[in-house]
Amino acid sequence: MISQIVSQTVSKTVSKIISNERLSRDFYRMRVECPNDARMGQFYMLRAWARYPVLSRPISVFDSDGGTVSFLYKVIGKGTEIFSGLKAKEDITLQGPLGSAFPEVTGKIALVGGGVGIAPFYLAARQLKSAHPECRVDLYLGFSDGAILTDDYQEKADKVTVNVGGFITDEIDPAGYDHIFACGPEVMMRALYSKCREAGAAGKVYVSMENRMACGVGACLVCSCRTAGGNKKVCKDGPVFKGEAVFEE
Amino acid sequence: MTTEPSGPRDLRSGAEGSSGSSCPEDCLKTEFAGVSFKNPVVLASGTCGFGREYNEIFDIQLLGGLASKGLTLNPRPGNEGIRVWETASGVMNSVGLENPGVRGFIEKEFDWLNSLDIVNIVNLGGHSIEDYIEGVELLNGVELDILELNISCPNVKAGGMAFGIKTELAREVVRKIRAVCKHKLVVKLSPNAEDIVALARACEEEGADGISLVNTFLAMGIDIQKRTPVFQNTYAGLSGPAIKPIALRMTHQAAKAVHIPVMGMGGITTWQDAVEFIMAGAAVVQIGTGNFMDPTLALDVIEGMRAYLVSQKMANIAEIRGCV
Repeated sequence: MISQIVSQTVSKTVSKIISNERLSRDFYRMRVECPNDARMGQFYMLRAWARYPVLSRPISVFDSDGGTVSFLYKVIGKGTEIFSGLKAKEDITLQGPLGSAFPEVTGKIALVGGGVGIAPFYLAARQLKSAHPECRVDLYLGFSDGAILTDDYQEKADKVTVNVGGFITDEIDPAGYDHIFACGPEVMMRALYSKCREAGAAGKVYVSMENRMACGVGACLVCSCRTAGGNKKVCKDGPVFKGEAVFEE
Repeated sequence: MTTEPSGPRDLRSGAEGSSGSSCPEDCLKTEFAGVSFKNPVVLASGTCGFGREYNEIFDIQLLGGLASKGLTLNPRPGNEGIRVWETASGVMNSVGLENPGVRGFIEKEFDWLNSLDIVNIVNLGGHSIEDYIEGVELLNGVELDILELNISCPNVKAGGMAFGIKTELAREVVRKIRAVCKHKLVVKLSPNAEDIVALARACEEEGADGISLVNTFLAMGIDIQKRTPVFQNTYAGLSGPAIKPIALRMTHQAAKAVHIPVMGMGGITTWQDAVEFIMAGAAVVQIGTGNFMDPTLALDVIEGMRAYLVSQKMANIAEIRGCV
C-alpha cells in the first residue's frame, strides 16, 4: 500500500552551515554543506548541541542541490531556538536523509502546505518539474499569519495560491488534479482528505505525517501512528503515506 | 558551540584494532553467567528494535550484545496519545510495549538476530504469571543467549501494580519462570522497587543467572494549558542522564548484595559513565536513551573503554569491576 518506503544506509555527518536566515517572526531557513540524494518529503535528524536537549530534531528537507541541503523550520521549542541562533561556518550534525518520499508522478499535481508544512513542497515542485517538465504543479500555501517565501515558490510552480488566516483546503478542487500531496497540521490534512474522498478522489492523496520522534530511524516506536493496517512508524514507514493508509478507519 | 564528537567516518572499521597499543585484543572480553561477550556494551531493550535499524547505521556485530524490543505473549499495539516527552537531561516514554508478540518475533525477527555474532538477549514482559510462562515456553523452542525478564509490567491481578515493586510478588514470578525457562535468565529490576537490595537477593535465591538494572523511573509531566497529564496513562518512564546517579547507586547496592553478575544501565551517555557502572559492580553495561543522542554512541563507549584500559595498563576490564 505504501509505495515509497526507503531502504538505504543512513549517514551521520558533522556539516558546515552556509547560511541561517530569519524569514519572519518564527520562521528560519538554514542551508548546510552536505552531499546528499534527498528526495521530496524526506527529513533529517538535526543536532547542534552535545547533550541537552537529549533528543535531536526531525526537520524536513526544504531544498537540495546534491552538495547542500536546506531546511525551513519554525522556532517552537528549545531545539529550534538553538538552531535559530546558529551562524554561518558553525557546525551542525545531520543524520539522514530519512523516511519515505512523495512519489514521482506526473500529470496535474496539487501541493498543499499549511504553516511550516510548506517546507517539503519547494523541493517537490522542483523535482516534479525536473523529472517531468510537462507536468502541472499548483501550490497551495496556507498560513495562520504572515505568508513567507511565496516569491520563491512562485518561481518553481505553475500557480501559487496563498491563504492567510483561513482554510487553504477551501481553495482546492480535487477534480482538477491527478495527484494531491499535503503536509501541515493533521486537522488540515484530514479536512483535505475528507473533501477528496467525497469527490471520489481519496486515492489521489498523499500526506506527510508529523509526530514526536526520538531515534528517527524506526527503532524506538515513540512516533507510531494507528492505521487500519496496523501501527506505522512515522519516521521509517513514513513520513509520507497514502491518505487512505492513515486516514481510513 | 559544541557538536557531536564524531564526524564522517567509516563506521564499519569500528572498534577492532583501532588502538594499535599494548592493550590485548580481548581486553574488553567479558564472561557473564557463562555467556561470552566480546565487549561489555549492549543496546538496551526498547531503544534498538530488533537491531535492523541500527545495523543500517553501523555493523551491530561490533557490539557486545543487543537486548531486543520487549516482547509479550500476544502482539500489543502500545499506548495511545503522546509517547515521548523531554525533560531536563532526560526523556519520559510511554510506548506501552508495542511489539509483535512472541510468535511474531520468532517468525519474523529471530533467525536474522540469531545469525549475528553478538549476544542475543531477548526481553520478555507479561501482565499475568500465566502469560509469562507461556511466553517462556515458546521461547524455549529457540536458541537464544539470554532471556531478560521485564518485571516492570503492571500485574493485572494486583490492580495494575508492577510485578517488580514488591519483593515477594517478584520472587514468585522469578521462581515460576525459573522452573520452566531453559535459557540463561537475567531479571531486569525496576528502580521503583520498594527495596532494590531485597529484590536483587530474591532473584538470586530463586535461581536467576544474573540481574540487570535499572528500568525507567515512574515519572509524569503535566500540560498546564490543558490542565491534564501529558501522557494518556498519566505516568511514564523516565530515562536518560537525569537518572544516572541514582541508577549507579542502585547498581552498586545490588551488585554488593548478590554473587550473580549484574548488567548496569541508566543514563549512560559517555564511556566514562560506562566505566563508573563497571566500577560500581556491573559486568556488562546497557545503553538506551543515549542511542537517541548519537546512534553510534555505543561504538564510542567501546573505543573509550579500550583506550582507558590502555592508559591504566590493564589486561582486562574485569580488573576494575566492582572496585568501588
